[in-house]
Amino acid sequence: MLASRWIPRIFSLLLCLLFWQLAASNHWNLWLVTFINVPTPLAVVQAAVGLVDSGRLMQHLSASLSRVFAGYLAALLIGVGLGVIIGRSRWAEDLLLPPLEVLRPIPAVAWIPLAILMFPSSELSMVFITFTGALFPILLNTVHGVEAVDPRLIASARSLGAGRRAILLEVILPGAAPSIITGLAIGMGTSWFCLVTAEMISGQFGIGYYTWESYTIQNYADIVVGMLLIGLLGMGSSLLVKRLGHLFTPWHRTRGKA
Amino acid sequence: MNVATHPAGRVDISGITIALGEGQNAFRAVQALDCQVESGQFVCILGPSGCGKSTLLGALAGHLQPVEGSLKVDGLPVQGPSPQRGIVFQQHTLFPWRSVRENVAFGLKMNGVGKAERLAAADEMLALVGLEGFAGHWPDQLSGGMQQRVEIARVLINRPRLLLMDEPFGALDALTRMKMQELLLDIWTRIRTTVVFVTHDIDEALFLADRILVMSSRPGRFIEDLQLDFPRPRSTELVTRPEFSRLKRHCLELLHHEDGRQLPRLNPLGLPNDHHGLRLAL
Repeated sequence: MLASRWIPRIFSLLLCLLFWQLAASNHWNLWLVTFINVPTPLAVVQAAVGLVDSGRLMQHLSASLSRVFAGYLAALLIGVGLGVIIGRSRWAEDLLLPPLEVLRPIPAVAWIPLAILMFPSSELSMVFITFTGALFPILLNTVHGVEAVDPRLIASARSLGAGRRAILLEVILPGAAPSIITGLAIGMGTSWFCLVTAEMISGQFGIGYYTWESYTIQNYADIVVGMLLIGLLGMGSSLLVKRLGHLFTPWHRTRGKA
Repeated sequence: MNVATHPAGRVDISGITIALGEGQNAFRAVQALDCQVESGQFVCILGPSGCGKSTLLGALAGHLQPVEGSLKVDGLPVQGPSPQRGIVFQQHTLFPWRSVRENVAFGLKMNGVGKAERLAAADEMLALVGLEGFAGHWPDQLSGGMQQRVEIARVLINRPRLLLMDEPFGALDALTRMKMQELLLDIWTRIRTTVVFVTHDIDEALFLADRILVMSSRPGRFIEDLQLDFPRPRSTELVTRPEFSRLKRHCLELLHHEDGRQLPRLNPLGLPNDHHGLRLAL
């Protein structure tokens, strides 16, 4: 059964590759979109090999990974923490949510100047920008999950002798866990999403920096290498979050399979 | 399983009025209720939908605050929820993230009982409700009747003075419901506690109770206080007796008289859920 689902998945990826190869090598001009200047997959592979041979790939990767994970970790702690407080208390919701809703639509790129001004090092500014990317999906899904916990479960727990702390740990957090995990998986993706923006500040390393740098020196094949690397890393880490999430919510898988 | 006979569980309800809703929509769900329940008694509160019988139960559990009057259990005023006053809802409230065994052991965990001890106690309770083989299951893997049995075990593990039940078998099919009623009586003979059982099913009330309090339509008041002396243990054969039919007719007349308007169902936590608006979670 697993194999039968992997076949169309791989097929669909190959089909995209084939289309790209045909469009780029034949310089297709599709009225609105033109492939005249788009590098072919082969050129991209060559550029990727070039990147590996230059020996800088690992430096780019480790720089980006550490930024994304630092920002993400901060977003996880603050997003889940604030989300639980906002979800539990109407007072906190009125006090905390309006400013957060104002900050939410601000795109990562608009944060660059302030981030540079506010933080002592460019490294911290970059972490901050990946943090803003991950924060809101995590925060809002946590709030949503906490508010959706069945009040009857809380009432039952209180009737069974649970205090405030026990209700939080035994009822609210596990009840909100599936929603929090969804937020964490989305947040992982949006954190990578903001990486190129964040690394515009960088002077040396990072996949985002590499992509941006390739654009400024008009090295198109390298841009695509950077794009694909970000896509793959984002996908991989989102998948990792989902897998970990499944491990933490074993009851959620069995639902409806009785 | 030790046969514990609690002398405790006496309930004093005096002059209770409970208001629900806010501002313009506020109304009195029950008004000026008075009654005493002896310890160890099995009392059914019978009434039409929306009459406030579940509201009274919610107040006994400590989830709702009366605006007038006083509620006492064994002389102590009811202040908030307590494991001494366990409640079983119509739909189970088992924690989906805990195994059946851990759900049952929850009350002991809250009471600081060590893991091995509380899990052993939970297994004992599960045996009492006939679910020995299901300790390791998730609640969602059980049928509705089994879920309610786990719920009863989870409440009884705290040895409450008072067992409050809000139409606990109302969502079950007729056959399962009959089995559950017999099982409940069987458990009750072993773990003696005062039971206040809310239902709108006359047969159920007559089959289970020592005493039936019939409630009027909203605002709920007691309009009849029936003592039942059908011998125990009772079996389903009871429902065919002429005395049973006579009492059933009497109850039907009382309820029919009250069945003027259809009111929305209330629950022990107050009004039916007011739903939050959908929030985009992105």
